Amino acid sequence: MSLSSDEYKKMGEKAVPKTKSIRNLTGAFLIGGAICALGQFILNFYLDLGLSTPFAGTACSITLVGISALLTGFGVYDKIAKFGGGGTLVPITGFANAVVSPAMEFKSEGFILGLGVKIFTIAGPVIVYGILASVIYGIIYWIMGLL
Amino acid sequence: MAHKIGKQTIIIDSPVGVFSAAAVGSKKEGEGPLGKSFDIINEDSRFGEKTWEKAESKMQELASWKALHKVGLEMKDIDFIFAGDLLNQCIASAFSARGSKVPYIGLYGACSTFAEGCGLSAVFADSFAKNCLAIASSHFCSAERQYRFPLEYGGQRPPSAQWTATAAGAALISREAGPPYIKAVTFGTVEDLGINDQNNMGAAMAPSAAATLSQFFKDTYTDAEDYDLILTGDLGAVGSVLMRDLMAREGFSLGENYNDCGLMLYDREKQQVESGASGCGCSAAVISGHIFPKIASGELKNVLAISTGALMSPTSVQQGETIPGVAHLVCYSSEKGGIF
Repeated sequence: MSLSSDEYKKMGEKAVPKTKSIRNLTGAFLIGGAICALGQFILNFYLDLGLSTPFAGTACSITLVGISALLTGFGVYDKIAKFGGGGTLVPITGFANAVVSPAMEFKSEGFILGLGVKIFTIAGPVIVYGILASVIYGIIYWIMGLL
Repeated sequence: MAHKIGKQTIIIDSPVGVFSAAAVGSKKEGEGPLGKSFDIINEDSRFGEKTWEKAESKMQELASWKALHKVGLEMKDIDFIFAGDLLNQCIASAFSARGSKVPYIGLYGACSTFAEGCGLSAVFADSFAKNCLAIASSHFCSAERQYRFPLEYGGQRPPSAQWTATAAGAALISREAGPPYIKAVTFGTVEDLGINDQNNMGAAMAPSAAATLSQFFKDTYTDAEDYDLILTGDLGAVGSVLMRDLMAREGFSLGENYNDCGLMLYDREKQQVESGASGCGCSAAVISGHIFPKIASGELKNVLAISTGALMSPTSVQQGETIPGVAHLVCYSSEKGGIF
């Protein structure tokens, strides 16, 4: 082919249809907002039961993760995510989906080398760099305290 | 005996043709516009098996069984099997061939495999083989877990993404068979114009399809107007637009007679497959189930089928490599006489 890759890239950009931003943003706003509203509802429920604020927050997270894991198992979560996009990815429910879905998928290669190894394929980087960031934050916090 | 003309084109001299062919698909393929063209549609995409990989092997077995069954042949009548798929180490093909006791030639050409197999079968049948079986398959679920994400992972697909077809096609290519007759084969060169987005494989493969098709025209002194149908494998909506542009740059204008299997298999809007279908099974099933009968009946006379493959692996993509493509062309005709 007698054209450079830069020329071809320009041709390619013209051929690719634009992402439907308005539709995607609306979906993310609605679904993301609905998940957060559900979270608030659950939090209030635990506070009403008499749990202290930190415990109610933890219980709320556990409940949301549980619901997300169940919906992933029933094959519903990916359908919501198809509509919700970033709205399902950002809340804690997206993290649960990212752990449960590879666990289901790779069970066919066994519980050790399949499920055990692959369960963090997607969530792994989040955990690794999340912990790393918290360590760095902790060190900075400690140094600041010494000053 | 086959002979080479021009730079890359092999002319098949003796009457070699498609004796029989079969297409196998699953639920989504059955619901598509070509649903009725499939010989076997299994609503259960696991095909009664425990794993997706086994399901894909099963599809290949079903496709070859059906193709042989139509003309009353058995595996023992076959001289060579040319088969390929998308899975690591081509296990779907190897595992489906292990019971056959027929010499097995495993191919990896990504989604170009069906044309690669049909082309090689034609060359073999033109010399020392009587019956060759060309098989190719892909399975949405086995491809997703290998190349992308687990099935239940929630995510959105960009508009240039394509949907791996859960389908298999098998063509029995024999001496003294046809129509469809196989007139010529052009094996393609590996082309890479620097696309590195694996969600835009149509753009990655279009240069290879254009390179193979324009070389075929130059080798045979023919033009796009000489054919009733020019069909690429799985360029999809993005790739087929680029294909037209690239061919125009080479001095060949593709008209109404140009189409792409990836645009035919699904209803893109209704079935939400973005840019269209992809996978070895896409061109294998569309050509086996839909195009061959039309050539056999004479509705289509001269047809060029160019299956296109993106030759990346998950490792090469992670290492930041660009995506090379390859495309192989097979020229079919409804008439026995020479056309070149």
